[in-house]
Amino acid sequence: MTGTVLKTETVPIANSSDVVQVRQRVRMWTLELKFSLVDQTKIVTAASELGRNTLEYGGGGSLEIALLEDGIRRGIRLKFSDQGPGIPDLQLALKDGFTSGSGLGLGLGGSKRLMHEFDIQTAPGKGTTVTAIRWK
Amino acid sequence: MMERIPILRMGNYLLVTIQVDMHDKLALTLQDDLTTRISEVNAKGVLIDISSLEIVDSFIGRTLANIASMARVLDAHTVVVGMQPAVAITLVELGMSLPGIRTALNVESGMEYLRETVTSHQESDDDGDSTED
Repeated sequence: MTGTVLKTETVPIANSSDVVQVRQRVRMWTLELKFSLVDQTKIVTAASELGRNTLEYGGGGSLEIALLEDGIRRGIRLKFSDQGPGIPDLQLALKDGFTSGSGLGLGLGGSKRLMHEFDIQTAPGKGTTVTAIRWK
Repeated sequence: MMERIPILRMGNYLLVTIQVDMHDKLALTLQDDLTTRISEVNAKGVLIDISSLEIVDSFIGRTLANIASMARVLDAHTVVVGMQPAVAITLVELGMSLPGIRTALNVESGMEYLRETVTSHQESDDDGDSTED
């Protein structure tokens, strides 16, 4: 999780239209960074999964999009934060097919596969922050 | 006015083109509307064109799979057409291979699949003693 933050933007996540807004803002940033179409699609899809988690499990929160620079490489960092109940068992939550809600259980594990770096900070009652980076 | 995705009817078939970035509630509305229409018009085939969709995440994927299952229970076949290659690559990496969903590259081959499937099912129904696959 290294790199210098060049600029950021924050997108609120309070309802399912905001998840669409998350996808559209992240798409704009990936275009600006000139990611390939496949990479754009992976990053936007991961953002959609994580944004939905923030809404469904965290009770809403926000996304901070950041442009990172680390030496000669650039990347996009997505940081989803909520003040929800937190994740009691992180290992279990990352497993494909595990869900505590109505989903398929692909959100966390799936988006981890779509990004290069992935970190979760969570504790029961303390909310959850998911940070994901994809480098160019 | 509530936002809706239009459903077109052509004979025994229902056609849907998803042209907007769907939020989750809109996807669920489409699922309900399509299921209702299938039973109303006794549709035998459903074609869903997703060529304008820039992403398919697990929720949209699951909604498409649900539509196909519900349609099947109502004696209709579903085909999803026009998925962009980047979307297909991402879906598989995400862990979703859309089992149970019939796909075709474009509307034309999707319609061809529906015609063949619906016709062969009607013929086997006429035999009287054949079983569903």
